[in-house]
Formats: sequence, structure tokens, C-alpha cells
Amino acid sequence: MAEITEVPSPFCGIGTDDLTIQVDGVALKVVKNGCAVNTPAFEQAITDTSPRVEGKEVSLAVAIAKAAALLKNTNQPVIGGCATDVNGMRALLALADQSGAVVDNMNFTGARNNFLALQDSGWMNTTLAEVKNRCDVLLVVGADLESFSPRFFERYLWNEGSMFLEDTGKREVIYLGQAPSGQASTSPKGQKASVFECANEDLPEVVAVLRALVKGNPVRVDSVCGIAAADLQNIADKLLAASYSVVTWAAGALAYRQAELTVQTISEMIKDINNRDTRSSGLPLGGKEGDQTANQVCGWTTGYPARTRFSSGFPEYDPYLYDSNTLLANGEADALLWVQAFNTDALPPATNLPMIVVGRSGMAFAKEPDVFIPVGTPGIDHAGHAYRMDNVIAIRLKKLRESGLPSTADVLNAIEQAL
Amino acid sequence: MLIKLTGGAVYDPASGIDGAKQDIYIQHGRIVDKPAGDFKVDKEYDLKGKIVMSGAIDMHTHIGGGKGNIARILLPEDHRADPVARTDITRSGCGHAMPSTFVTGYRYAEMGYTAGFEPAVLPINARQAHMEMADIPILDKGGYVMLGSDDYLLRMLTAKKDQKAINDYVAFTMQAAKAIGVKVVNPGGINAFKFNQRKLDLDEQNSHYGVTPREILRVLATAVKELGVTHPLHVHGCNLGVPGNVDTTLDTIQGIGGLPMHLTHIQFHSYGTEGDFKFSSGAAQIAEAINKNKNITIDVGQILFGQTVTASGDNMRQHANHKHASPNKWVTMDIECDAGCGVVPFKYKDKNFVNALQWAIGLETFLLVDDPWRIFLTTDHPNGAPFTSYPHLIRLLMDRSFRNDMLATLHPEAQKMTTLASIEREYSLQEIAIMTRAGAARLIGLQDRGGLSAGNWADITVYTDNADRQKMFEKPDYVFKDGELVVVDGKVVHTTWGTTHVVKPDFDASVEKDLQRYFDRFLTMKLGNFTISDDEITEDGRGSLTVHPLKGDVA
Repeated sequence: MAEITEVPSPFCGIGTDDLTIQVDGVALKVVKNGCAVNTPAFEQAITDTSPRVEGKEVSLAVAIAKAAALLKNTNQPVIGGCATDVNGMRALLALADQSGAVVDNMNFTGARNNFLALQDSGWMNTTLAEVKNRCDVLLVVGADLESFSPRFFERYLWNEGSMFLEDTGKREVIYLGQAPSGQASTSPKGQKASVFECANEDLPEVVAVLRALVKGNPVRVDSVCGIAAADLQNIADKLLAASYSVVTWAAGALAYRQAELTVQTISEMIKDINNRDTRSSGLPLGGKEGDQTANQVCGWTTGYPARTRFSSGFPEYDPYLYDSNTLLANGEADALLWVQAFNTDALPPATNLPMIVVGRSGMAFAKEPDVFIPVGTPGIDHAGHAYRMDNVIAIRLKKLRESGLPSTADVLNAIEQAL
Repeated sequence: MLIKLTGGAVYDPASGIDGAKQDIYIQHGRIVDKPAGDFKVDKEYDLKGKIVMSGAIDMHTHIGGGKGNIARILLPEDHRADPVARTDITRSGCGHAMPSTFVTGYRYAEMGYTAGFEPAVLPINARQAHMEMADIPILDKGGYVMLGSDDYLLRMLTAKKDQKAINDYVAFTMQAAKAIGVKVVNPGGINAFKFNQRKLDLDEQNSHYGVTPREILRVLATAVKELGVTHPLHVHGCNLGVPGNVDTTLDTIQGIGGLPMHLTHIQFHSYGTEGDFKFSSGAAQIAEAINKNKNITIDVGQILFGQTVTASGDNMRQHANHKHASPNKWVTMDIECDAGCGVVPFKYKDKNFVNALQWAIGLETFLLVDDPWRIFLTTDHPNGAPFTSYPHLIRLLMDRSFRNDMLATLHPEAQKMTTLASIEREYSLQEIAIMTRAGAARLIGLQDRGGLSAGNWADITVYTDNADRQKMFEKPDYVFKDGELVVVDGKVVHTTWGTTHVVKPDFDASVEKDLQRYFDRFLTMKLGNFTISDDEITEDGRGSLTVHPLKGDVA
């Protein structure tokens, strides 16, 4: 039995790297600094160790040959999931380039709210260490931060030491939209977050009024979707009085039409604050299970984020047309390769097309795929790199045990070779 | 395999050969002397009438790291205009302003370049820089790690830590980030922007730390020198783009007190305030100072007209410049108590007075600096123009009538404000070879690169002489990388993977103790997880590390 310290996690998105994990053969136990997201993700047991073709156990070579045969004469294969490490994505993109596939990260439809805003007007953002040391007002818009990331507050807000704040306990936390599900946002001394609830669908209106108030424009209503205009004015005043406010949101939680306009309004509001003689920055939440990794690697390989098509021989990006669910539903695809090395619950969409799954050991399928190849999880079974939510930091994932499972990159490279 | 390149006119400034007809032999990836006695040539290339230089080295090009990838993601419309299809031997991707990694490698090689150096590697983002560069085929690469706005250094300065402690920190960071040089961007300014300072002059104090850019430059330039790192401190100065910044730049040169210093994209730092538009050329003053101060080297950061995107660590200045964004979208980031970045798309227009004069200022600088060993050909890719415009830039330098024809089409008021038309100098092939090969290798401290004498790695470019220098330089007949033929007639025929150039200056291990406390208390990762291990570069089987020696006068 060994104990490994300073283990980084690819699961929580905030790049916690202080876990201590006990390794007993292939069994893992998080003994220090676990949380509701990371502990089960690390401790999940290996069940499948052998690839299957049509439900029957086969050798890796046979499974790879079969996968290649299924992809060989397709016109429009789709590679979905795209949840793996940097080397896995490199191999995935090489295979997509060769097979003319559509590459579509499973959480792209949520992330699209950010990409559309970014590609239309841009933003001013920050990273976690700046939050930890500078943020004096945190505005959370439409997200339940602690269920997204249970240790966010402990690590980045209620930290004892800060370079530029005398007392981190005096930071102000404001929720707009969704209320927090627990008490993590309450400061160690008991100061609770201010919460101004509205339905997330009402955020476009609420955020638009908040931006108007930040700019000093007159607003002639008393309340907006149940929130008093005076309360919004108060939030605007706090943002303008802060030395370094941070506004955070989760693109995927804004699950309504044209939510990119909400992200844009938030981002433009942050720019406005910076034009009023103080500093403010955005902090988009995301980056779990390889989302940012998929978009970053696809970004440098193709120029576009991870909803990109290779069937013309060169990459083409369309954030709507190449949605794999739409392609499958409309009969525009003829094979599905699902890649998900992190999460056994993230299963491929239902389809009657030929289906190959390169997935974490332990996936339980409603319908057995034509080929299933269990792969190791980056940061557990092999070393690798994964991007944190703030996109700047790629964490170096460690190999914790000798499971014998191949990496995503091993498998996808072999399929590409077999083509 | 023994390869013979027969009868080409060789331009090899590293050995003082200026166009002499010489044969070159290649074996095991390196250039070798003509073998003694009987020998068999396995492959011979007849280079009669051809021009032979070593592979070109871009000593300042933004080819790896977070801000470049933000620039890519920001501009889908730019990529759509330049799709690059897959072939049997090359990957698909996109081109124009900020090409995809694979296309970056192909297009550099197709112009005869065999190495590129990313000048702005944030320590905390160094993994990404190396991962992107690992996906650039053919080219060798390396990076200059960015310091000077990191809170750790500023805390050291406030605490009056001695130079030795700073040297240890710099050396540790160079090793942790796998760097070959050190860069400073708007010294302390990126940090000051986080405290809501919107400008920072050379002697202006950071409002929190009380430290000035002048002090930062002095301690970092000293550290680089005392550690024995060949590449001098690489400086993106204060006040980028601000009219009147020529004075800041001259003051920066004087203030460094004779220490080696490289001033990068100096064109953006050479502006006066004369004339009706309060914007004028400071190139003559700058060139005079460069000619006089032998401790100073520069690269130009030439602008060329058209759409591009500016990607810089200087978020303070990029935020100020966002008013010029075209198309109107832009990104800034504050990054990890380490640095920052700003990405602003730009369209330089020949009919815009300021842009036209920027063009002329860059060219004046090239032509007025005497010593080609101390000036380097860059557009600060992609900030002044994409690197694919180098052949055009070379023609502007080598062909006065072409240059003056171009000048005559620019904004008329800008024409009145430049002396360019009266400058007769035309660069020679040897001078181009110095700027883009031998000089660059010497400046960075690359051993066995940038030259054609025996012992050098066989990075070799062969051109057909052509009076139209743009045509000549955009389509080499042959390019060899480490002895392998990778380009024929300006097209990639074979791909290889280059090495990553680094230096490993020594440091006292005790520096890690205080850093560990700092990381645990204030940062968001463990020190042990911050340091990039060698196997991160090499484990994919493609990458390798080449460690270059330090100067003999190591303290």
C-alpha cells in the first residue's frame, strides 16, 4: 500500500492538487482533501478490463480492428464526448482529420454561450489565484457555485492568507438568480451571502438592468422580475466601489435560448466597470472532465473550439450545425465514436448507428455498443495534462496505479493507424 | 547516408563566407567536412546558380501559449478565409493571422525557417506553450520566460532581497518553465494594472509595491548576466504604442548602465509627438542610440498592412488599445499573480496616417541601424503582421525602388513625416543571412545552429537567385532540417519534429523552501506540480530537449 500526496484532480474543474490518495493494488482511497465531486470519481472501482465487440470479450487488437472497420467507409462519422486529456485529444483530432469526422465536445452546447459572446465582443477575465488574493466582491450569476465545485470557497475565498486583503472574511458574496444550495458561501465568521433570487430565464432582463445601473443610466421601474431595482442599484454600487470585483457564471447553467446574450451583457458590464476607474474581471465556470482541454487542444490544432467538422478535408466550425445530437437525430451521421475517459455516467446518446465507445471502465449501457474499449482515466491510470476552468493552467496529472488499461491516446492512435 | 550539396553560392556569416561557391556535405543530420580518401555520395543535389543559407531562425514569434490560442478562438472569420486542407503527409488546419500549430510549422518551413522562439512564456502557462510548440512540426523551438510583473519578484524587491536571491529565483523559474531566455513585458505594468494603474512610466512606482520599472529592468538584466544566460534580458518596454515613448526607450537604454539588453519590437516604442497629428518618427534617435550602445540589441516588430491580431502579455497597454480593435472584439486577462495578457484584433491601413507612419518607422529603424548582428527581422508575429509576410519585408529592405514605390502610395501626410525616401541603403544577402540566421543563433546562444561549417546541425535552405527578393524568399528550392529534406519548391514533402532549446542555470535549492511557502499560502497549485518535468516534453516520443551551455563567466 502506498500513499500519494499532492494529487491533482481533473474532475472538479478548479484544479485542486492537494489530495492524498491511498493506493492498494488498483483500489484508491482519498484520505485527505476529498470532496463530493473528487472522492467518488477517484475511488470508483475498475470493472471492465477487457474490450468487447458485440458484447463479447475480445483482445485489444481485435477491438481496434473492428473499430477501424466500422469507421472505414463512413461518410460522416461523429466523435462525441471528447472527454479526455491533452494527449487523448491530440489523438482524437488526428483520427478526426483522417476520417473526416465531426468533433463535438459533450458540453459544447453549454459552453457555446461563452464562445458566441467571446467571438462577438470578447471579455475581461481572471484566474483563480487572482480571485484568491484580490477579489473583494464576488457576484455569482445564475450558478450554484458550491455544487459545481464544493471546495471553491474554502480554497479561493475563505483562504487565510491573501496578499492584498487584510481580512478575507470580509469579502462580500452576492448571488443573483439561483440561491446557493448550502453554506459554503458563508464566511468563517458567519457573514452570509446576499441572495437576490430570480428564475435563470429572467436573468437576461435582470442583468441588462444591472448593467444599465453600472453605467449610471436611469432605470424607471421599481422591480425587475421580482428583484427590487434598489437592490440592483446596491449591487451596482458595490461593484463600482470594489477594488477588484469578480463576476462568475456557468455557461451551462444558463439553459435558455440566446443565453449567449446574457454572457455578453455580463462581460460588457465588466468592461464598463473597468471604464469607471476601478477593476473588475469575469470568471467563467467550467472545465470539468476535459471540457476546456477539448476546446484548447482543438483550438491550437484547428483554430476553432471543439465543435468542428473535418469532412471537407479541412476544419470547419459551426456552433449550431455540428451539434452531434442534431446530426444523429437528422440522420446526417453514419457512425458514432464516443470518447469519455472520466465519467461512467456520461453515456453516448441513443442511436442505431454503428457505435464505438472508448470509455472509462464501468460504463453500463442501455444498448451494448458495437465496440467498447475500456480505457484508463487520466490522472489515475496514466499521467497526462488537463486544463482547469480558468483555461490558463494545464495541470500535470499523475499516474496513481498500474491498471494495465490503455490510455485514450493509445487506443485512438491505434485506430488511426489501422485506418 | 552522405549527402552532397554541390556548387551553391554559400552565405554563411557565422564563418565569414559571403557568397563563395562551396560544396556542403551532410551526414547523420550534421554538416561534415569533405570525407578524406575515397567516399561514396549517396545523394547529390546540384546547386549551381543557387543560393545556400542555413535555416532561418525567428527569434521573436508568438507561436505557443495561452494568448495565441485566445487569438485563434477569437477569430473564426479569419480562419475561414484561409482553410488548409489535409494531404497525405500533412495535417489540416487554418492559416492567415494566427495559424494552427501544424500549419505554423509547415508555413515557416516552406519559407526556409527551421526554428522559432516564443518570447512570452508565462511561468504558470509554460506547459501550454510547450504543448502547443510540441504540435508544431519541423521547427525547433524554445521560449523566454516572462518575469517582472509576478508578485513574487515584486515582493522580493520590496523586501530588499539581494541580487543573489533574485538570481536563484530567476534560475529556478527558467528551469521550471523550460526556458532559454528571460523576458520582461511592460516591467511591473501588468501587475500595476491589477491595482487599477492605467500607465506606468519608467520611474513611476507601482502603487502597492513602490517598485519602478527601472529597478525591475536592472535586477533582471543583472540576473540574466550573472547566471551566464547567453540571451540578454528580452525587454518589451514601458508605454508601448504611446506617442512620445521614444524618450522612454532612450531612457531605458541609458538606464540599464551597459548591461546586455534586447529591446523587442522597438518600432512600437519609437514614437515622437511632433507634427500636426502629434505623432512622429523617433527611429533616427533610436538608431543613433543603438549604434552607440553596443550592449543593446533590437528586433523591429515591423508592421505590414492588412488584418492581423495583436496578442501580448501587456494587458495594461492592450486594454488602452482596445479602442482600435478591428473587428471590435477583444480580450484581456489577469493571470495567477504571475502576469496577464491582452488580445486585440488590428487592421493596419496604408491610408491611415498613424499606421502608414508606423510602417515607415519600422523600415527607417532597419535601415539606420548599422550593425546587422544587433538587429533582427521580426514582425512580432502576429502583432505587426503574420510571419508569412517576411519575404515581402525582405524585399522592402533589399530593394529601394520597390520600397519607394510602396511609400508613394501611403497616406500623404505620413510620407512627409518620414525620411525613408531619402535612405539609400539596401540590405545585402549576407546582411539578411546575419539578421535571420547567424545573428539570431548567436543572440539566443544556440550551439551548432545558424551556421554552415562542419559540426553544425544540417538546417539548410536553398534558394534560386531572383531579383524579386520576395519571390526568392517565399519559395526555397530545398529545405533540410537536421539533414532531412523537408521542403522542395516551397512545399513540405516530409515532416519531422524539432527539438526544444533550453538552458539550465544553477540555483541554490534553498530558493524552493520560500517558494513552497508562497505557493501554499497564496497560489493555487503545489510547487511540485508547477515545475515542468523533462518527460513532459519527451514522453510523446516526438519531443526532445537540447540544453545549451551558459557563458563561461558564471559567478
